Amino acid sequence: MSNKQQEGKIIRISGPVIEADGMRGAKMYDVVRVGGENLIGEIIRLNEDNAIIQVYEDTNGLRPGEMVISTGMPLSVELGPGLLANIYDGIQRPLPAIQEKTGEFIARGVEAPAIDRKKKWYFKPTVKAGEKVNGCDVIGEVQETSIITHRIIVPPELSGKILTIEKEGDYTVEEDIAVVSNGGGDVKLQMMQRWPVRKPRPVAKKYDPTLPLITGQRIIDTFFPVAKGGTAAIPGGFGTGKTVMLHQLAKWSDAQVVIYVGCGERGNEMTDVLREFPKLEDPKSGEPLMNRTVLIANTSNMPVAARDASVYTGITIAEYYRDMGYDVALMADSTSRLAEAMREISGRLEEMPGEEGYPAYLASRLAEFYERAGRVKLICSKDKEGSISVIGAVSPPGGDFSEPVAQNTLRIVKVFWALDADLADRRHFPSINWLKSYSLYLNEIQSWWKKEIGEGWLKLRNKAMALLQKESELQEIVKLVGPDALPPKERGLLEGARMIREDFLQQSAFHEVDTFCPGKKQYEMLRLILKYFDKTQEAANKNIHIDDVINMNSRENLARMKNVSNKLFDKKFQETEKDLDKEFSLLEKGGS
Amino acid sequence: MSHKDIEYTTVTEVAGPLIIVDGVKDVAYNEVVKIKTSTGEERTGQVLEAFTDKAIIQVFEGTKGLDTDKTSVRFIGETMKLGVSKDILGRVFDGTGNPIDNAPPIIPEERREINGNPINPYAREYPSEFIQTGISTIDGLNTLVRGQKLPIFSGAGLPHNEMAAQIARQAKVLGKEEKFAVVFCAMGITSEEANLFIRDFENTGALERTVMFLNLADDPTIERIILPRMALTCAEYLAFDLNMHVLVILTDLTNYAEALREIAAAREEVPGRRGYPGYMYTDLAMLYERAGRIKGKKGSITQIPMLTMPDDDITHPIPDLTGYITEGQIVLDRGLHKKDIYPPVAVLPCLSRLMDRGIGEDRTREDHADVSNQLYAAYAEGCDLRDLVAIVGEDALSERDRKFLKFADEFEQKFVKQESHENRSIVQTLTIGWELLSDLPTAELKKIDEKYIKKYLPKTKEEKE
Ligand SMILES: Nc1ncnc2c1ncn2[C@@H]1O[C@H](COP(=O)(O)OP(=O)(O)OP(=O)(O)O)[C@@H](O)[C@H]1O
Ligand SMILES: [Mg+2]
Repeated sequence: MSNKQQEGKIIRISGPVIEADGMRGAKMYDVVRVGGENLIGEIIRLNEDNAIIQVYEDTNGLRPGEMVISTGMPLSVELGPGLLANIYDGIQRPLPAIQEKTGEFIARGVEAPAIDRKKKWYFKPTVKAGEKVNGCDVIGEVQETSIITHRIIVPPELSGKILTIEKEGDYTVEEDIAVVSNGGGDVKLQMMQRWPVRKPRPVAKKYDPTLPLITGQRIIDTFFPVAKGGTAAIPGGFGTGKTVMLHQLAKWSDAQVVIYVGCGERGNEMTDVLREFPKLEDPKSGEPLMNRTVLIANTSNMPVAARDASVYTGITIAEYYRDMGYDVALMADSTSRLAEAMREISGRLEEMPGEEGYPAYLASRLAEFYERAGRVKLICSKDKEGSISVIGAVSPPGGDFSEPVAQNTLRIVKVFWALDADLADRRHFPSINWLKSYSLYLNEIQSWWKKEIGEGWLKLRNKAMALLQKESELQEIVKLVGPDALPPKERGLLEGARMIREDFLQQSAFHEVDTFCPGKKQYEMLRLILKYFDKTQEAANKNIHIDDVINMNSRENLARMKNVSNKLFDKKFQETEKDLDKEFSLLEKGGS
Repeated sequence: MSHKDIEYTTVTEVAGPLIIVDGVKDVAYNEVVKIKTSTGEERTGQVLEAFTDKAIIQVFEGTKGLDTDKTSVRFIGETMKLGVSKDILGRVFDGTGNPIDNAPPIIPEERREINGNPINPYAREYPSEFIQTGISTIDGLNTLVRGQKLPIFSGAGLPHNEMAAQIARQAKVLGKEEKFAVVFCAMGITSEEANLFIRDFENTGALERTVMFLNLADDPTIERIILPRMALTCAEYLAFDLNMHVLVILTDLTNYAEALREIAAAREEVPGRRGYPGYMYTDLAMLYERAGRIKGKKGSITQIPMLTMPDDDITHPIPDLTGYITEGQIVLDRGLHKKDIYPPVAVLPCLSRLMDRGIGEDRTREDHADVSNQLYAAYAEGCDLRDLVAIVGEDALSERDRKFLKFADEFEQKFVKQESHENRSIVQTLTIGWELLSDLPTAELKKIDEKYIKKYLPKTKEEKE
């Protein structure tokens, strides 16, 4: 590509934003190199000769008069084998390579290619010379990690005839592996391609999601499910459990590839993933979870301009794996930091502030981001699908959801998991408020649950929800008269609801068994708890004393169901059910 | 002539803590500036915004007495740095890094940029070593580990300083003899408050392991912006160059945030929530994220930042943004303080995010997590019942509920409350926990594994049943 390079000079520095003159001819969103240290920046506004640039690195010590050089290229990511199990900063520099170059602290102006140029990958062609190919058609395969086969695909905007294709063997990502003639000329293909992060990779068509993304988290899968290709937001004040939940989803959801973006959050949380994921087993393959994961880290103390780059970098990598036909899930923690970065930059540009100082384009930027999720038909020749599910954390100031980022996000996403500080304070985890949360995918995905798990799934779920709703109404009365004044039926209802809350909804992320709960186990747990609830109502009708039902021994078995091994629960639950029936019929006979 | 030798007398504007100088050349962003008033007094400043021929400068010691006539300005050619050396231990510095202990200035081995560079997350070691503070509400319920940043959210007039001093006095890692080095950074606190710490360091012999950075209530406010940066640069040197375990006490972050706000207002920036700048989150993160551990390095930085919540409001931007960055928080409560409970820790909103990895069989004791969860759940229920009793009276409660109600009171009196010199071991803390729990029906202890109930529940109780 021949791009004319503009060279200008800095005339103003204000934090992460600088202004340069002599930049006429440079294009919006072009990447520039700034100053003697070659800092990386991006043009975010042009005005005659002048360009305003956000700098992705610390601008300390930069001086007016220093050089600014446009590279003529928009901010892009490198795509190819070697992405998985890696950790990058917001502009896709690999953190291990940065450490090698500058030590434990990240210095400025480091250059490190995103994808290792020296490493050889064993490439197996899947097409022959003479075949016609379109964008996203697979031309070969590389076993990238023990879990994921990296399909080498034709770049989206290319189609033509394969002239030559290399034979099976070891190649670096830069070596030519095929030549495609596309009328205009011959194009050499390598295993690595580039794509500008702000431009969505094309798809043939968007479908409605129909399959659930199974996460192993009961309150999500059973109560407020997200679909493969769906969008969800998890807003909550500090310490209410956003990160733990996103980590849980990254670990256990049944996506094939996971992209985890730490955007403006803690360094230790990324370290935690790096420490834990290589040790955890993917429930399906038994291989280390790290082998299906890409991490992007722009922690809160890293330059704020790279916040939004980090999210775009993440979603572009997600699209690339989707284009191979995979189900990808992307978690972004936290989208509020991205919005705040936009606000800071916008403030430095002296743009007209909108609500709470956020720029007026906040809503459209958020929408553009979530819009890149979806279950899609790929543009390749064969009829193939892929999906990206996007789950974003939102960190509202003061935990108050009425602020602009939360509100604008809720207008876009289909699933809302409302975290509740009150629940977190009493260590009810996950502290997702069951009355405020919702999922708009229930109908789309119910046929999967019915077919795979149990016919009565939606009915059970709705019955449990109704009970919780009723509980909250009763609680208002209890506040006035005390619990003992309630009639037996109502007391039974309160007990049933309490069991749903404590023994079903509460789920410890740190318990070795309970951290993941298979769909079938979720279903059985809920069925048994609701059966117990039915018994309390029956008891009331038969004049059995409600306290006798509440104090049944089986209750303790029910309470401990969550910790029963995920492999053996079937048998154990059958016993639990038998005991429950037996104990109850004893009560009926009047002998306790 | 080098840029460093030019004296500019072209101050065109003095506004709040800022001055604007015209006609300058080659000024770097964040460069340090020496300012001389018309009477010859020298002050220090820093470039906030650099143009080809103009610079906006924040003046640390305030702009009182500066003018647009005689005031002269010299750019020193580098950004703010702190000289560090082994001799820094035991020393006391003022808000611009000059020694104020009547000893000669230290001879620096190296001068370090005070803004520091971010630790590469890939190079971090996840903090997991239990620090015993001897305070039950921390050790038992919100465990502190080496390399954590755990702030104290307090209110005006609450004993957070006593508590921080107690932590500094008692903190130790079980089985290890090495003591913490302390970096004490005072921002805008009174000399009385500062003396409380200094006396304590003296009495315990900690003074020689302590470095103090002091900006007291009557010192210039804008200095508070650089003070914690110097303190943390010093801490990084001690931890990662000299292999020490460092405890950094930062007090009071509320005064720091006020200084930030003052500058933002003077620059007429679009304010974020309640007048604080929109970048306050990032700014605070640049301080707090300097806590931690690094793979392959022996030392560590543990931070105890303290702040007073304006109007006791935890949703105020200062505690709110802090909570979003730190790894948990210890919250103090006026109600408990009035009930004469020291330390007045409001247990429910407290959190230590690194606790799960710092406790358990090899670190504290196998039953620790379960006991902690159970104490939380029972206390939360007891507190709910208190609210209920206020309306319906105790008679409307069942036998069971009355036990929880009583539990909440006992918990505050026996578990939360302790003496300011009482140093409880973790086993003592857990024992108190078990004793309190033994007054509840055993079937209610659902958060505790049965095998621990068998092993640890006080025997007298089982015999009672
Ligand atoms: N599912 C869970 N199981 C057990 N503990 C949990 C769970 N979710 C949250 N917690 C507890 O709550 C703490 C805070 O959770 P987390 O760090 O996810 O909060 P957050 O919402 O991400 O906060 P912030 O906005 O400050 O980053 C955790 O450290 C953990 O102790
Ligand atoms: Mg978080």
